[in-house]
Amino acid sequence: MSTVLSQRGLNWLRALTGNAAEQPGYPASVRVVDASLGGQPARYIAVVADAENRFPRARSGEVGLLEGWSLGRALDEVITADRDAAVKRAVVAVVDVPSQAYGRREEALGIHQALAGAVDGYARARLAGHPVIALLVGKAMSGAFLAHGYQANRTVALRDPGVMVHAMGKESAARVTLRTVDELEAFAAKVPPMAYDLDSYASLGLLWESLSVAAIETPQGDDLARVQACLEQAQVDIRNKGSDLRGRLGAANRAASQRVRELLRAQW
Amino acid sequence: METLSFAFPAGLPASRHAQVGCVGSGDLEVLLEPGQAGSLSIQVVTSVNGSAERWRHLFERMFAGGNPLALNVDIHDFGATPGVVRLRLEQALEEVSDV
Amino acid sequence: MSDLNALLHSRSFVELGARQRAAALLDAGSMRELLDPFARVKSPWLEAQGIVAQADDGVVVAKGTLGGRPAVIAAIEGNFQGGSLGEVGGAKLAGALELAAEDNRNGIPTCAVLLLETGGVRLQEANLGLAAIAEVQAAIVELRQYQPVIGVVAGPVGCFGGMSIAAALCSHLLVTREARLGLNGPQVIEQEAGLDEYDSRDRPFIWSLTGGEQRFACGLVDAYVADEVDVIRARLLATLEQPGDALPRSRQYARFLDLLARFDAEPQADAASVRALYQGDQA
Repeated sequence: MSTVLSQRGLNWLRALTGNAAEQPGYPASVRVVDASLGGQPARYIAVVADAENRFPRARSGEVGLLEGWSLGRALDEVITADRDAAVKRAVVAVVDVPSQAYGRREEALGIHQALAGAVDGYARARLAGHPVIALLVGKAMSGAFLAHGYQANRTVALRDPGVMVHAMGKESAARVTLRTVDELEAFAAKVPPMAYDLDSYASLGLLWESLSVAAIETPQGDDLARVQACLEQAQVDIRNKGSDLRGRLGAANRAASQRVRELLRAQW
Repeated sequence: METLSFAFPAGLPASRHAQVGCVGSGDLEVLLEPGQAGSLSIQVVTSVNGSAERWRHLFERMFAGGNPLALNVDIHDFGATPGVVRLRLEQALEEVSDV
Repeated sequence: MSDLNALLHSRSFVELGARQRAAALLDAGSMRELLDPFARVKSPWLEAQGIVAQADDGVVVAKGTLGGRPAVIAAIEGNFQGGSLGEVGGAKLAGALELAAEDNRNGIPTCAVLLLETGGVRLQEANLGLAAIAEVQAAIVELRQYQPVIGVVAGPVGCFGGMSIAAALCSHLLVTREARLGLNGPQVIEQEAGLDEYDSRDRPFIWSLTGGEQRFACGLVDAYVADEVDVIRARLLATLEQPGDALPRSRQYARFLDLLARFDAEPQADAASVRALYQGDQA
């Protein structure tokens, strides 16, 4: 296989941080950079492909054992550093993750626990008052996205065919649901949560903003300035409105999520 | 998948409701609620198409001419055999019948 | 003789449905179900795909008491769509945990028990299931600050996908020998990584890596209990009585990164090598 590994996450991380130095001590697949957002300190985090990863099933940008636990560490560090700070620094997750790592070592060593380490870090950062923003520049798939991005207060996506949010790739999803890929696509066309395109995803109310860029692979100039401005607005919005996930509810295509909560509250 | 409706003459309304079963493979969920006096109405949503006659026969054997309780019955079926359907219905009826 | 008596009077937990499980664990007579099947809040997505929906969407939410403490139990019915979480079932789980956290902020010490029998996201509601699981995870971390959130994986479905991450966020996790716990289902790993990596038909191999006994031996769960209602309830009550103050496992990145650094990732992993690694620093 000679699949070209996506460099989007790394490219956007470097562009957004002005090529600031990466934090030492992390595996090559987890890049952590302290820079600024809107004149305030911010931590940027990306999971990137590392062809030399010790764990062979995590060499293409997958979120695996080292990645999950290292994300947990990167977040715990900022929570601890800002424990007594009046203003907690923002965390920007730059998301381009094709999947979690599928492998024997991973299951045996408890990849679910490693990914929980990442989720724990993001959720506690949010609860501690850190604005957490996810910027989707590539794939945001399944368990990988749960571990790196889905705990964000605000999600911003770049409009590009390579930007995709889903629970499972088409081929595997077809096999698990005993459908053909054609059948799966037919259902996806009329069932928005099953679709793979960004407009369908946006219709679920889970995106805060989406932006078109001229050159997604090479962030610079106007593209970069607009994305930065959007992230700054997201930070302001979170600081004004609080750090829960309520902003995700309200879309017509997610009406049941809201109704269930209202009924539960009434009967509680 | 198809939705079917059936109705039978009945006696007095049941005084309770009951839920048994699960929409699992070869099983079904039955919900019973008190109906209008004199009427037993049944709604079936089933994964098996073309099964209306099978359901009719089963319900006729169970309810026709027996002066059953007045109930609204909801069935959500995932390919249960007639034996399983009957078992679930009897379990649910036992829960709503006054002891 | 007493062994025979115990056997005759023991009740299997695994064999119970979700609603019966909740009732069996809560203090007798204390259970009150929220959004019960008669509320008929079903999946808005399944019937359009020709799939019969269940009246409670496969998730039972019940309030009650556990040893007198205010509690909410959310139980997933593994027999409906493999225990998969869609929009409604996911919102029931997340919403119940969110309200329990709100109780705590208002001075009511509501704890939570999650009965997890699930393959993870319901692929027929894909992105809404995934979003709901993210919210379940968020709510576990939030509630865990105040009161225990105890996960129980009894079997036979086990706990997979995004919900295995949720299980790993719980303050305490109980399993039986009928439980399996892992991120990726065996078939999906085989499809993605090949038969040499993971043979989904080799059941002893899969159980040796992801079964309840192995997870307990590796310290990835807190208790390994018999499949008996009374035993599981007693263990829950004991945990609530003395939750301990250990750092939640999902916060132990330092320990796990240290262990992984020592693990030889060159050969394939097996049950024994993982046990040796994870037991090595706990002697």
